[in-house]
Amino acid sequence: MKVSSRFLHFAAAVSLALAFNTAHAKPPTAEVNTTGLAVTDDTVTVGQLHSATGTMAISETGSIQAEQLAIDQINAAGGVLGRQIKVIQEDGASDWPTFAEKAKKLLVSDKVGTVFGCWTSASRKAVLPVFEKENGMLYYPTFYEGLEQSPNVIYTGQEATQQIIAGLDWIAKEKKAKTFYLIGSDYIWPRTSNKIARKHIENVLKGKVVGEEYYALGHTQFGSLINKIKLKKPDVIYAAVVGGSNVSFYKQLKAAGITSEKQTLLTISVTEDEVLGIGGENLVGFYSSMKYFQSLDNPANKAFVAAFKEKYGADSVIGDVTQAAYLGPWLWKKAVEKANSFDIDKIRAASPGIEMDNAPEGYVKVHENHHLWSKLRIGQWQTDGQAKVLYESELIEPDPFPEGYQ
Amino acid sequence: MFEGYTAEELQSIFIMQGFSGLSLFSVLLLMGLGLALIFGQMGVINMAHGEFMALGAYTVFLCSNLTHKYAPAFGPYYFICAIIFAFFICALVGALVEWLMIRHLYHRPLDTLLATWGLSLILQQGYRSIFGAREVTPTLPDWLMGSYTLKEGLDIPINGVFVLGLSIIVTAALMLFMYRSKFGLRLRATVQNRKMSGAVGIHTQQVDRLAFAIGCGIAGIAGAAFTTIGSTGPDSGSRYIVDAFLVVVGGGTASLLGCIASAFGIAQAQSVLEFFLDGTKGKVATLLVIVIALMIRPQGLFPSKVRGN
Repeated sequence: MKVSSRFLHFAAAVSLALAFNTAHAKPPTAEVNTTGLAVTDDTVTVGQLHSATGTMAISETGSIQAEQLAIDQINAAGGVLGRQIKVIQEDGASDWPTFAEKAKKLLVSDKVGTVFGCWTSASRKAVLPVFEKENGMLYYPTFYEGLEQSPNVIYTGQEATQQIIAGLDWIAKEKKAKTFYLIGSDYIWPRTSNKIARKHIENVLKGKVVGEEYYALGHTQFGSLINKIKLKKPDVIYAAVVGGSNVSFYKQLKAAGITSEKQTLLTISVTEDEVLGIGGENLVGFYSSMKYFQSLDNPANKAFVAAFKEKYGADSVIGDVTQAAYLGPWLWKKAVEKANSFDIDKIRAASPGIEMDNAPEGYVKVHENHHLWSKLRIGQWQTDGQAKVLYESELIEPDPFPEGYQ
Repeated sequence: MFEGYTAEELQSIFIMQGFSGLSLFSVLLLMGLGLALIFGQMGVINMAHGEFMALGAYTVFLCSNLTHKYAPAFGPYYFICAIIFAFFICALVGALVEWLMIRHLYHRPLDTLLATWGLSLILQQGYRSIFGAREVTPTLPDWLMGSYTLKEGLDIPINGVFVLGLSIIVTAALMLFMYRSKFGLRLRATVQNRKMSGAVGIHTQQVDRLAFAIGCGIAGIAGAAFTTIGSTGPDSGSRYIVDAFLVVVGGGTASLLGCIASAFGIAQAQSVLEFFLDGTKGKVATLLVIVIALMIRPQGLFPSKVRGN
């Protein structure tokens, strides 16, 4: 059954490719590339700029894989404007100046048509001046703190309000939550996110923040924090702890007897990728607010998960950012085809309003502000490391500069 | 901050808070012991100490995988064996490193710093290539997880008790070894006067190698123990090394007793300050305490003679 459906899939892709090639005569290169990008009659070269080594490799590997999968699928279906996509992969090595240097190489020497890349806000901030000066285009996959809108970036992840507000509304309504304890790793994303969360809790939900704390990246001892939580007894622990700290945090919560039976916990930093390290048994019953979960029940997601597992192994998991990274190449392809050009300025003009009906996360649309309209979902973690989706919001308009939340 | 709580609730919180301080103490002590031994006894600053801890943790991870694949019935007990394995594997690699690298650099202490730092980078990328960039966690036996509930609202984490017990055993064993065994005597003699020790027939090169191996082995035990607390990634070691150095420097670089005292002091300071301030301020205040302590006693809490050549 599996083989035959896979074959059908393949056959469909081939026939689609044939149909595409015959239906559209390939536009001449001189017409679609007026700014000297690396576009030939048969190929278009794009760049991929993530950390394949160093401390961020743990997070960025999924994005690299998802982008490659999308590019393979696009190529199998005939490429972009009849041109096969070639990829130059550069390694930012978890080092922000290296990111800037490699971005410059991709844009200036390689003349790539677009770049899919970056993960941390720090790396994005490092490459931003390069992209703006050299007029490149970056598809950035990570959910992030907002407060940014560059003409040279398409943000395929959620900005902070898209991830936070609907999640807080849900937990306040569902759990009658009034008191919140905010916890985060100590850098810009958790701090900005918690700032928005605090404003929303205090001004809109009329609740109370009973504690707000940050711990250095890589911190592993949460004993004192856990005792304070026990003392303050918040209705909800709201967590934005990242990286290795996550594992220690949830293991120690469990060891201290704080489990989902007694305590509600909502996090904005745990996806299937993190659960792999933390272990489903340490998280069971806690909630994540994300736009995507691997367990989403729709045909596009099932095909995506199957293709991903076929390429990268049955044990691989797909988190929120991995899915957002997968959207990058598709959104770029659509923008190029809508503009009928690889020129950056024309892609930029064509991008707002681009829709995808069949993204794994469902329908998405590019907003004027270069972010995506997307839904928010609440998933409850199960012992097998997958989330049960309990709630799905309406499409949320991206608002990178939220008034009243700064 | 304590209004509105019953005396009983407060008592529970303070007991748990006391325990979390003790638990942090045992973690810091395990981290610092191996480093203190190598630094104190041999004058070598082992920047790859954290990577030896990661090696210990990866050993446990491998043991866990193998056990669950080939002998699932052994699952509840493998962890103890894995810790012993971690000690011997790290000691073996340590001896190899000493033989290949460190022994050529004994007269150039600053170069050992650079060389071991290079080694740490090599090991990190090695772990990344072998085990992948993702952090891994071994499957821990059930008896290590969860907590003893002494009464309602008073939970003592079992993994904390385990690490505390382990660090007491390791420290006691190391003390016995240093002060009650023949080898310990030779080691202390070598530290005090290398030439004289050689003259009375102590094989000082062998002593060096064994001391380095044991230091690395203890790092391996520490790494193995930490799998009960956190996960292990290729760069976990670089996270541990700062705390380990704080303990060793605070204690007075050459002394095991100092190492214990300084681990205890830092742990209590951090744990109490984190409780009354918050995470970031607690850390800042802890570092301030250490800086002031070092300004008053630049030699550390329990200074003793560093190796003479």
